[in-house]
Amino acid sequence: MIKSIAIVGSGPAGFYAAEALLNADTDVRVDMYERLPVPFGLVRYGVAPDHQKLKRVTAVFEGIAAHPNFQFFGNVTVGQDVLITELETAYDAIIIASGAISDRKLGIAGENVSGSVSATEFVSWYNGHPEFRDHNFDLSHPCAVVIGNGNVALDVSRILAKSPEELASSDISKHALEALSTSKITDIVVVGRRGPLQASFSIRELRELSTLTGAEPVFDPSELDTTDISPEELKDAERMLGILKGFAHPDSSRQAPKRIHFRFLLSPQSIQGTEAVDSITFARCKLEGEAFNRRPVTTEGRETIPAGLVLRSVGYRGSEIPGVPFDDAAGIIPSKEGRVVDLEGQLKSKLYTAGWIRRGPSGIIGTNRACANETVEAVLADLGTSSIACDPALREQLLVKLKTIKPTNVDFSGWQRIDDLERKAGEACGKPREKITSVSEMLLAAGAT
Amino acid sequence: MPHIVTDNCSSCRFTDCVSVCPVNCFHGDAGRLYIDPDLCIDCGACIPKCPVGAIVEDIDILGSPLIDLNAEKAASLPVIMTKQSPLPGADKRREELMAEGLV
Ligand SMILES: Cc1cc2nc3c(=O)[nH]c(=O)nc-3n(C[C@H](O)[C@H](O)[C@H](O)COP(=O)(O)OP(=O)(O)OC[C@H]3O[C@@H](n4cnc5c(N)ncnc54)[C@H](O)[C@@H]3O)c2cc1C
Ligand code: SF4
Ligand code: SF4
Repeated sequence: MIKSIAIVGSGPAGFYAAEALLNADTDVRVDMYERLPVPFGLVRYGVAPDHQKLKRVTAVFEGIAAHPNFQFFGNVTVGQDVLITELETAYDAIIIASGAISDRKLGIAGENVSGSVSATEFVSWYNGHPEFRDHNFDLSHPCAVVIGNGNVALDVSRILAKSPEELASSDISKHALEALSTSKITDIVVVGRRGPLQASFSIRELRELSTLTGAEPVFDPSELDTTDISPEELKDAERMLGILKGFAHPDSSRQAPKRIHFRFLLSPQSIQGTEAVDSITFARCKLEGEAFNRRPVTTEGRETIPAGLVLRSVGYRGSEIPGVPFDDAAGIIPSKEGRVVDLEGQLKSKLYTAGWIRRGPSGIIGTNRACANETVEAVLADLGTSSIACDPALREQLLVKLKTIKPTNVDFSGWQRIDDLERKAGEACGKPREKITSVSEMLLAAGAT
Repeated sequence: MPHIVTDNCSSCRFTDCVSVCPVNCFHGDAGRLYIDPDLCIDCGACIPKCPVGAIVEDIDILGSPLIDLNAEKAASLPVIMTKQSPLPGADKRREELMAEGLV
């Protein structure tokens, strides 16, 4: 008998899980539930709007969605519109791939003052996420500080540094392009607690910064103390250091109107400002510990940087779905080889997980493919050993109920209508697409109202 | 500017690279793999997965015949979507490359 699988979330992990299931020898049907009316998770709302080549991965997801045994249910929040217990009744297995979009806090004084925000909020805003499009960011102060040493920090810095002309050919949302066009920011300071050797920037994203037309990356080589560093560590970080060192001698003849400064060994201590951020204070750090395992330890030294915007990019965490075990400290769903376990380590039958909600927010799009494949192997192994399959009538009943409780759910053809309108709107202004940024307009475009 | 599989991959094929490629753009024969430059989205996921450092960005080897070779071979060889079992020579190849300091 055909087995029915529900997937929660339509990001890379959800789609690669669907791909692996539909390519397997077992006869399966996949129903994908997504909170938003539109698919693709962080590929649409995380990956930077000026990295269009990466966004081409959605063509692969569209190919998966075209499989006759695949169905998409957008605008349906699992845990709210449909409960986990309902899915457990209707399906043979449920794979949770709900991602990790909540932000982590710095836990310092002044963090909640206006102008101190998470990179998540900023990224979601410029990418046109419906829940963030009405946010406002004060771009009137000449300096913005970005805390974090990963690619998200580079993304937000690059978007702040690019000229409106450079951004105009991306699919950055209209409201963000307008706001950034009036930005007074000239100096973006990217700050890490550890040293340059420990930064987790990708070579590609770092190198990209030297190609900006209106901004120059700047690195002060005196921040690089290599006296105690092992040759292995140096070799490992060789290419990144090479690029950073290339930023040490900015071309003074260029007089770029904006600069991206790389600063290291600074740990945020407090944010000052009453109405809004006016500066941020750091403790200078030194590194302790073994090679490849060095930790920053604060010293007496302090440094205050005046700034009007502080963006923290210090990690994402997942959100709990009612009915699914959740490890609150780690911000993930606890699991073993993709099988969900409760906090005591007991297997929760029928529940599986993949992607950022399983592993935490690390790894790029493709990492989720290997991750989802492993999860699907576990699903197929378990399905293979159980001779009973859920009565397909139970799934039918749930889908009938869904039509009445959530008549505005969007199927994949509904998304394709949204996609089509967005591309046409983009064409009119020389962009790959102009995203629809409100749920009600999305539903209208999908014909789901 | 796609990613390119270099000759380090010859007679090795651990194929860990394939399991993380988001767009299935690896093609191959019994000997080694090649990347389809028209499909590769330059995500970089495959680079750290390759135990012998066989994958590079084309801008790092500009002018190399490997760039055309990847395009040609990818066009004629089948897609490799899932991790294969390593060829018998795989571990030996890794040892050789390590000995030569190429990894
Ligand atoms: C700012 C940023 C930039 C990035 N840039 C790159 C890059 O350049 N290259 C790269 O390779 N990777 C990049 N990544 C990483 C990549 O986006 C992630 O690896 C990937 O998206 C994680 O996939 P996922 O499926 O686990 O989660 P997500 O992509 O987050 O998808 C989860 C989906 O689940 C949905 N969902 C959540 N809760 C529910 C619920 N209760 N019911 C129904 N649906 C629900 C969400 O709406 C979302 O659509 C970036 C990430 C970020 C944050
Ligand atoms: S992992 Fe490296 S060596 Fe192995 S098949 Fe892929 S490219 Fe070739
Ligand atoms: S860079 Fe990304 S898309 Fe290109 S071959 Fe490697 S994994 Fe595939």
